[in-house]
Amino acid sequence: MKTNINIYFATMIIILIFVGCSKKNGGNNAGALTGDAAERVYVKPGEHDEFYAFISGGFSGQLAVYGLPSGRLFKVIPVFSVDGEKAYGFNEETKPMLQTSHGFVPWDDAHHPDLSQTKGEIDGRWCFINGNNTPRIARISLETYETEEIIEIPNSAGNHSSSFVTENTEYVVAGTRFSVPIPQKDMPIKDYKSNFKGAISFIKVDPQKGDMNIEFQVLMPGFNYDLAHPGRGKSHGWVFFTTYNTEEANSLLEVNSSQNDKDFIAAINWQKAEEYIKEGKFKTMPANYAHNVYDDATHTATSKMKKEVRVLDPADCPGLVYFMPTPKSPHGCDVDPSGEYIVGSGKLAASLTVHSFTNMKKAIDEKAFDGDAYGIPILKYEKTIVGEVKQPGLGPLHTEFDGKGNAYTTFFISSEVVKWKLGTWEVIDRKPTYYSVGHLMIPGGNSQKPFGKYLVAMNKITKDRYLPTGPEVTQSAQLYDISGEKMELLLDFPTVGEPHYAAGCPASLLEARSKKFYKLEENKHVYATKAEKDAKVVRKGKEVHIYMTMIRSHFAPDNIEGIKVGDKVFFHVTNLEQDYDVPHGIAMIGANTSELLIMPGQTETFVWEPKQVGVWPFYCTDFCSALHQEMQGYVRVSPGNSNIELSWTLDGESLN
Amino acid sequence: MNKLLYLLIFIAFSVFVSCGTKENKSSNNDVNSTNTTTETQDPKMNKGIGPITSLILDETIDSVMVKKGKDVFDAKCTACHKVDKTYIGPSPKGILERRSPEFVMNMILNPEKMIAENELTKQMVAEFNGAIMANQNLTEEEARAVLEYFRTL
Repeated sequence: MKTNINIYFATMIIILIFVGCSKKNGGNNAGALTGDAAERVYVKPGEHDEFYAFISGGFSGQLAVYGLPSGRLFKVIPVFSVDGEKAYGFNEETKPMLQTSHGFVPWDDAHHPDLSQTKGEIDGRWCFINGNNTPRIARISLETYETEEIIEIPNSAGNHSSSFVTENTEYVVAGTRFSVPIPQKDMPIKDYKSNFKGAISFIKVDPQKGDMNIEFQVLMPGFNYDLAHPGRGKSHGWVFFTTYNTEEANSLLEVNSSQNDKDFIAAINWQKAEEYIKEGKFKTMPANYAHNVYDDATHTATSKMKKEVRVLDPADCPGLVYFMPTPKSPHGCDVDPSGEYIVGSGKLAASLTVHSFTNMKKAIDEKAFDGDAYGIPILKYEKTIVGEVKQPGLGPLHTEFDGKGNAYTTFFISSEVVKWKLGTWEVIDRKPTYYSVGHLMIPGGNSQKPFGKYLVAMNKITKDRYLPTGPEVTQSAQLYDISGEKMELLLDFPTVGEPHYAAGCPASLLEARSKKFYKLEENKHVYATKAEKDAKVVRKGKEVHIYMTMIRSHFAPDNIEGIKVGDKVFFHVTNLEQDYDVPHGIAMIGANTSELLIMPGQTETFVWEPKQVGVWPFYCTDFCSALHQEMQGYVRVSPGNSNIELSWTLDGESLN
Repeated sequence: MNKLLYLLIFIAFSVFVSCGTKENKSSNNDVNSTNTTTETQDPKMNKGIGPITSLILDETIDSVMVKKGKDVFDAKCTACHKVDKTYIGPSPKGILERRSPEFVMNMILNPEKMIAENELTKQMVAEFNGAIMANQNLTEEEARAVLEYFRTL
C-alpha cells in the first residue's frame, strides 16, 4: 500500500512538472485563443513596445507616433500644421516649410502615411504623407522624426490618392481627387465635362538622401482619383488608382456621380512612362509650386518655387494607361503581397471585386477592350476579374494583408472588419468595430513582407466609447490580435485628429537609429553660437540679432540693454548641451509667436518686436534641472529715440 | 521506491527553481560601470565611479594633448566652468591638488552616476546650489586631453 501511495504521489509530481512548464512555454502563442486581453497589450513600465505605428493626424495636419500593442502616444510630428509646442511654423527656421504657391498655409488635412521600402520590404528610412487640401507631399526622417521636405503638387486639387511608395521607393505617387482646368483658368463650372483633367504625379525619390522631385505627371480624364497602391513583385512597375465620378458630374455628386454601374481602376505603367519621357514624348508645362527642404546641418528650411512640370497625355502614349471596370464607386485599391491581386472596394457594391494582374496582362496582349475613354483602352471586365468576395458586408473601404494568404477589409456602414481568404474568396471571420471603421493597418501590410500579428482599425465615429468631452469627442483606433484563425479585439485607444490610414513596422527596425542629439561641431546654422564667449548682440539698423546660448541653467547673455521700441529683435538661441533628452525652451513676454523648444546642439530663432518701454523677462519653458526656475533673463526696452547703448552681460560681466 | 520519490522531488524542485530564476534575470542590467568608490578621508584617494579605474600621469606634459584639451574645454565646458573663477561649477585650476586624475575623468564621463552615488560629488552638488554637472558626451580621449590641459592651469 505504501508503495502505491508513493506511486500516486510520484505521478502527481510528474504531472505538476509538465503542467507547470507547459503553461510557461505555451503562454505566448496560446495567447490568441485563451490569453487575457489586458495582459497582451500591457507593456511593463520601462519596457518598449514591439511595433511603431505612424498614424495620420487627419485634419490636425500632423503625424502621430504610437507604440503597439500598448497604443501609447510617443510624439506628434508636426507636418502640415503649425505647432506652438515645437515652434514648427513659428520659428524662423521652419516657416519656409509651410510656403506654397498660395503663400504661407499653416494647416492641412493629412491623410495617408507610407514608409519607404527596399525590395518590397519596409526599410525604416522615411515616412511620406500627403496634405489633401493644398496638395503637398511631405517626407519625414525616421532618424530625427522631423519633417525634412514638403513638395507642393501643381495641377492637383484634393491630393487624396497619395502618398504611396513603389517597392524600391523609386516614386511616391500622388493623385488628384478633384479634376480641375489644367492649366487653371477662368471658365464656367458647367463646362466641366471633357474640359477638366485629373493629374497623377510621380515623385522621384533620391535613393540616398530622399530628396523629392516631380519627375512627370500623367494628365488623366476629368474623373475623381480616390486611392492608389503601387504594384509589387510581379506587378512592380505599375500603379493602380481607383476612380469615381466617371460621370464627370460637377454638382450634387452624392447622386450624380453614383449613376454608372461601374467606374474604373486605372492601371498606369510607370516604367512605360519612363520610356516615353526618354523618347521626349512629354510636354513641359509652366507651373508654380513650392519645394521646401529642411537641412539637418543648418537646422534651417529653405523654400524655392519651381516653375515647370513635365506632363504625359495618355492619348499620345499607347500602353501607358488601361482602365479596369470596377463596380460602384470603388474607394480602396489594394494590392496583395505577391502583386497578383488588386482589390477594388466598391463603396456602393454588394461584393468586393478582385482583379488579377496576370489576367490584366493577358487582356492587354489580346486587346480585349470594351471601347475607350478619352483614348484610354477599357479592358473587358470579365477578362481581368479573378474573384469576388460575395456580400461580405456593407460599405467596403480598405484592405490589408497578413502575408499568410488572408486579406482584411473594413466595412464602414456595417462597422466591421472582415477576414477573407485570397484565392478562395471565402469569409473566415468578422469582428465589429466601434464605430464606422475607415482605414486599417497591419504593420508592413501593404508591402511584400507583412508582420501579421496586429491589426489597427481606425474609426470615423467614437460616440460612447470614452468619457464624454462635450460635443467634440476623441478620435479613436482599435487593436486586434490577428495571429490566430479568429480576430480578437484587444484595445481601444484615442488618436490625434481623424486617423486616415497608418503605417507600421517592428520597433527593432527604427529604435537603434533614432538620433539622440545634434553634435555642436556639426551645427552649421548661420546664427549658431557654440560657446558662451561668442554670445553677442548685433544691431543692423532697426534689426537686432541676439546670439544667445543656453545650458543648465542659464542663458548667455541674460541681461540685455539698448533695445528700442520699433526694433525687430531676433533671438538666435543655441542649446549647448550634448546629452540625450536635455532640451531647453525660451519664451519672451509679449512675443507674437510661440516658444522655442531647442534640442541639444541645435539653434533656433524667434522674432520679437517690442511695442512697450520697460524691462521684460524671458525664461526657459522646459523644466531642465533643479535650477530651472532660475533660468531667466531681462531685456531693457527704451523709447525709440533713446541713446542707451547696446550691452549684453552675464553675472554683471561682458561675455567677450 | 523511496529513492525514486526523492529523485522526483529533487527534479521538481530544480525545475521550479530554474523557471523562477528566468524572470528575475533582467533586473540586473547594471554592468557598464565599475564601482571603485573608496570613501577615504583623503579626497585625492577617491577615484570616483566610471570607466577610469587607474590612471598614472606621465611626468612630462603632452603639449599636443593640451592643445586639443583646451579646444574641447572651450567648446563644451566653458558655459559652466571658468579658469579664473568659481562659476556655475568650480574652476579647474589646481584640480589635481584636490582630486585624483581618475575622479576628474569619471566626473566628465559619468556625471549622472557620480552625482547619484559618489559621496564627494553629492557634497559638491549641495555646495553649488544644486547645479549638476552636465554630461557633454566627451569621448574618453577628449576627456583625457581636457585633463592634460588642466595640468597646465
